[in-house]
Amino acid sequence: MELSLSPDDQAFRAELKQFLSEALPHELSEKVRKHQSLSKSDYEYWHARLNEKGWLAVNWPKSFGGAEMSATQRHIFEEECALAHAPRIVPFGLSMLAPVLQKFGSAEQQAHWLPRILSGEDWWCQGYSEPGAGSDLAALKTRAERDGDHYVVNGQKTWTTLGQHANMIFCLVRTDPAAKKQEGISFLMIDMSAPGIEVRPIRLIDGGAEVNEVWFTDVRVPVENLVGEENKGWTYAKYLLTHERTNISGIGFSRAGLAAVKRIAARVRDRHGTLNDNPYFAARVAQVEIDLMAMAVTNLRIVSKAAAGQAPGLESSLLKIKGTQIRQEITDLARRAVGPLAQVFASEAVAGSNTELPDALDAGHVAASYFNNRKLSIFGGSNEIQREIYSKAILKD
Amino acid sequence: MFDLSEEQTMLQDMLARFWSGPAETQTWDALADLGVIGACFPESHGGFGGTGRDIAVVFEEHGRACAAEPLIDMGLLPGILLRAAEQDLKPLIAGKTRYALAHGEAASRYDLDWVETRFDGTLSGEKTVVVGAMTADKILVTARHSGVAGDAAGIGLYQVDAGAAGLTSTPYRTADGAQAADLSFTSVSATPVLTEAYPALQTAWAAGALAQSADCLGAMAQAAHMTREYLTTRQQFGRPIGSFQALAHRLADMMLAVEQARSAVLMAAAAFDTAERDLNIAACKNLIGRMGRQVAEDAIQMHGGIGMTEEYALGDLAKRITMADHRFGDTDHHLTAFLDLSGATS
Repeated sequence: MELSLSPDDQAFRAELKQFLSEALPHELSEKVRKHQSLSKSDYEYWHARLNEKGWLAVNWPKSFGGAEMSATQRHIFEEECALAHAPRIVPFGLSMLAPVLQKFGSAEQQAHWLPRILSGEDWWCQGYSEPGAGSDLAALKTRAERDGDHYVVNGQKTWTTLGQHANMIFCLVRTDPAAKKQEGISFLMIDMSAPGIEVRPIRLIDGGAEVNEVWFTDVRVPVENLVGEENKGWTYAKYLLTHERTNISGIGFSRAGLAAVKRIAARVRDRHGTLNDNPYFAARVAQVEIDLMAMAVTNLRIVSKAAAGQAPGLESSLLKIKGTQIRQEITDLARRAVGPLAQVFASEAVAGSNTELPDALDAGHVAASYFNNRKLSIFGGSNEIQREIYSKAILKD
Repeated sequence: MFDLSEEQTMLQDMLARFWSGPAETQTWDALADLGVIGACFPESHGGFGGTGRDIAVVFEEHGRACAAEPLIDMGLLPGILLRAAEQDLKPLIAGKTRYALAHGEAASRYDLDWVETRFDGTLSGEKTVVVGAMTADKILVTARHSGVAGDAAGIGLYQVDAGAAGLTSTPYRTADGAQAADLSFTSVSATPVLTEAYPALQTAWAAGALAQSADCLGAMAQAAHMTREYLTTRQQFGRPIGSFQALAHRLADMMLAVEQARSAVLMAAAAFDTAERDLNIAACKNLIGRMGRQVAEDAIQMHGGIGMTEEYALGDLAKRITMADHRFGDTDHHLTAFLDLSGATS
């Protein structure tokens, strides 16, 4: 088996590194490196730079104006961007809604909405989970009733990431309460400025407020904002979820995180010299590094089987489980590395924040980051749900 | 042998009532009035307890309630150091004088003897994560009058007024919700308390580790209790999520972890006044570090998103449990200590 890169892919990596060194401002990468919360304009700035280069829609087909990168190129792209501490690409429009519109949307919807995602004119958020519909997503209760050429929407969505920045939300809504629960669901695109929508932030244990509740009271949505057919939304939702899990392995984030752990440990005094010389700590780091090396190959093996522009199927559950385990383990190593200084809580979003602390180890963010990343094994289908999906499939006759 | 004495049972009941009362009544003065600070010290020094078991009882309830008052840092630790100096503990026990301890430094990590702050008539140096520094009347400061960082000998203990000239502070919140500060000393006037403070520091550190472990146990037990409640009430797929075997087994493992933690705290408490103190403290703190991580992470995972919200009580418990592994030596520090003390590496 050939694990080294082809000349084309090597050239792509070189071009990408060059681009990142020129286009990514130092202040922005420092914010990412220190886990500070990014502003809406930070994301918009970075999306615009990538779009100019033609690298914003990595997974879109060329026919829709995407980069249509090969699996290997996507792997390189994600890794280099993470190592350079580039802002993540906000996925809701680009890698969640867009694949659904490209497969199930009308020609008019594709022509109208897809260019606005690339240009940044629309910021999308996701209206899937509800207080009573988490792992059991199909139990969702938000109602959409037809009234002439509108749907009237009532209900509540939750865990809506970066919903405070969004002007559009795609939602799963119940259009047929009499049908079996997966069969009465539709996929609607809703303008966040419509009367009757209220967004409330949810503060999390790391002090940040990246997720929101979104409330709908008699919100009128034009019927042309229905994607595909009424009551077929569950099919589209499942299709979207497989795309949500693209890059869920987060190899690049893990590589960057592990490098950061070693950098911190090199500056921590220990009775063996530095913390990197401490055999117990070094063994913890080495084990994660070994897992990550194998994970990178597992990831490449799985994604290279999927066609360009498509997402892997069932195996994406494996990538999600192992990838998030490794990422969480790295945040644990980081908090161990800074020792007692992990108590300093420098979450930027906290009132009276500690961001001005003299902080030689950059220790202030590691505890917040450890707590924040507990979300990785919960969102996008919890790791228990992933195990359920995978085990059911392999135990089937 | 596992039963509490009558006095300890009364203390436990009283604390449980106190911590279930209104939050605005749970102040430092109220703790002092109840005798909770005194329960950390023997009668010979004006207290009402002071055994390992007394400390374990007090702090388990403290942790279960996720109590904000820094009873370890402003009660237990200063008291043990002042006791070693034969000073009167009454003002501390009565809550009249508040003390904080400035010992840890940026480079000291978990090494008790790594003190670079100097005393040569006045104090100069930097201290980190001084819990309670902003509300203390007096600050006890460790500083080196001779030798170099890493020497056990040559570390003295000094007392400084909170508002002393040359003392500056950078206050912040800790991840488990306490108020702390980094302190900078530039030629600060100080009163000597102990000339050779290392043996007393070892006792204080051992008591701190025991108290932190008991506090963590209380928080773990409460987190496990909340998880059990959640698994029986949260419905998904038409049934309580605790009816799914994947979660039920994990809950069983969580309860087992709490029981192991309880035994480790009992063991360390019983050995507290014996020659086996440090070995048992190392064993306890290592086990608490490992079990605590399991309980905090699984409690959040089984709660799902709600477990990550600031509004819900589990988050504060999880942070408290996690931060226990960043105080008085972490899992690896105590694994090393255990190996050294048990002779396994000799």
